[in-house]
Amino acid sequence: MTAPLVVFFVLAALAVIGALSLILQKHPIHSALSLIVVMIALAGLYLLLGAEFVAAVQIIVYGGAIMVLFVFVIMLLNAGVEEHTSISKMAGAPGLLLVVALAGLVAATIARSTDNIQTTSQTGNMSSTLGISNMIFKDFVYPFELTSFLILVAVLGATVLAQREKS
Amino acid sequence: MNSFFSNLWSANAELVITIVKIVLLLFIVLTVNAYLTWFERKVVAHIQSRWGPHRVGPHGLLQPLADGVKFLFKEDPTPAGVDKFVYYLAPLLALALALTGIALIPFGPDPIRLFNHDIYLGIAPPDVNIGILALFAITAMGVYGVTLAGWSSNNKYSLLGGLRSSAQMISYELALTMSVVGVLLMAGSFNLKKIIEAQAGPGVFGWHGIFSWNIWPQILGFFCFFVAAIAETNRAPFDLPEAESELVAGFHTEYASFKFAMFFIAEYTSMITVSCLCSIMFFGGWLSPFPASWRFAHYLPSAIFIPFGLWVIWDGIRYETIFGRIILPGLGTAFAALGAVFILLPGVNEFIQAPFWLLSKILFFLFVYVWMRGTLPRFRYDQLMAYGWKLLLPLSIVNVIVTSFVILAKMTWWGAK
Repeated sequence: MTAPLVVFFVLAALAVIGALSLILQKHPIHSALSLIVVMIALAGLYLLLGAEFVAAVQIIVYGGAIMVLFVFVIMLLNAGVEEHTSISKMAGAPGLLLVVALAGLVAATIARSTDNIQTTSQTGNMSSTLGISNMIFKDFVYPFELTSFLILVAVLGATVLAQREKS
Repeated sequence: MNSFFSNLWSANAELVITIVKIVLLLFIVLTVNAYLTWFERKVVAHIQSRWGPHRVGPHGLLQPLADGVKFLFKEDPTPAGVDKFVYYLAPLLALALALTGIALIPFGPDPIRLFNHDIYLGIAPPDVNIGILALFAITAMGVYGVTLAGWSSNNKYSLLGGLRSSAQMISYELALTMSVVGVLLMAGSFNLKKIIEAQAGPGVFGWHGIFSWNIWPQILGFFCFFVAAIAETNRAPFDLPEAESELVAGFHTEYASFKFAMFFIAEYTSMITVSCLCSIMFFGGWLSPFPASWRFAHYLPSAIFIPFGLWVIWDGIRYETIFGRIILPGLGTAFAALGAVFILLPGVNEFIQAPFWLLSKILFFLFVYVWMRGTLPRFRYDQLMAYGWKLLLPLSIVNVIVTSFVILAKMTWWGAK
């Protein structure tokens, strides 16, 4: 087993364990911490694929900014340990079906494309900062600007909602 | 047997070198941290017309040692009702992330050739492609140590400190990141080495040395960066998370003994990281402030040891305790001799140029940190928020826009780059 493969399995296991712990933990803060582990493991996987910029941005935006906000809100509301109710049958049955379907889909995809799975780092367009900025600001500039417009609308909406009580 | 070891060495040389470098850097950083506390107490004391520590060793120079021993031997109670896992995780996280930041700082451009391997100063090689981004990623994670410590302690003051800290860090991270975009645009890279090399000149009017550094075109960016960085490291005048007049000791109220020391070391280490970043991005990093044509300035890094050593000798022979009268002149002689040796060995003199200039700039910024703490009163919480969102963020965005337009104008009309 080569070194990158070992690192891959360690990071993948970390991501899966983090995701499981996110669901199974009883306290919201512990769940949030598990999610941070998942984010960092994913960043490590991106780094392994040679996408340095994406990896760093993953940690800065998701690990740093968004998760800090999550933790902040949980602390501010002082949310306590969740009470676990028995799982409702309405949610349980379709959920189980969905899990089986999704697992089957993933397994089928992997089984069909064993030869084509790329485990080496992708140098070039996708990974470098230059490649990414070329894609965002040249090839996909209209979708990108539309997305930023959407975010702007959301920000304005949030401001209006926050200000409503004053007037 | 011999060939076995040489095989083992050739297979794992990189790994061994890196581990040795990590241990060395840890040792150096922790020692510097300890003496930084001495430096801070001394400087603040003199600002307030006091002597500061001067009982333990000559000029209180052994005070950090005494403090370290004290930290180790204090009782370390765990308060009732804490969230055990998070309570123990928080100081570890704070310290580990702060120390990881230092690993990415390059301390010199040229490797030393030892045992047939190029050994760079600093743990990561100087040309990490995403150097600055990786550093910001680590800084962004740094907030968890403080926040989780505040939350897990089961204490109202701690919780308030943790909340303040996360709110403050979210607010100032925006300005921090935006303020360096100007520098990145001018260098065209995230690579710390390239950012420094872009400042080698020729700058404005074709000048070299100090006038080609980023501080002149990016003075607005530097202002935003430095203020935001002080807030990010929770230092005065932005030390609201540990405001002792309001919150006892803020987020680390419930931490004692070595767990408290870990927060302490983490804070000082992030001060060093920020000082490194200031020097690298705005003050030319390891570049000398003098143009390369001034030959005498080349001997300055070595020669500065001699007057410093002589001053320590002169100070030492008049010191009041016998111990000081022996140890200080000895130290001074060592410094002066070191300076003389450095001048006489041209190779060594050449080699210490880059680390000398970088380290002296770092020391300057550490002094500014302490100076600010001794001078400025703490902000009120609403002032802090208004300052970050209404002044620093717009200023840094203006800086980005102006820099972009100037670079665009240069490219279109003067055809530079």
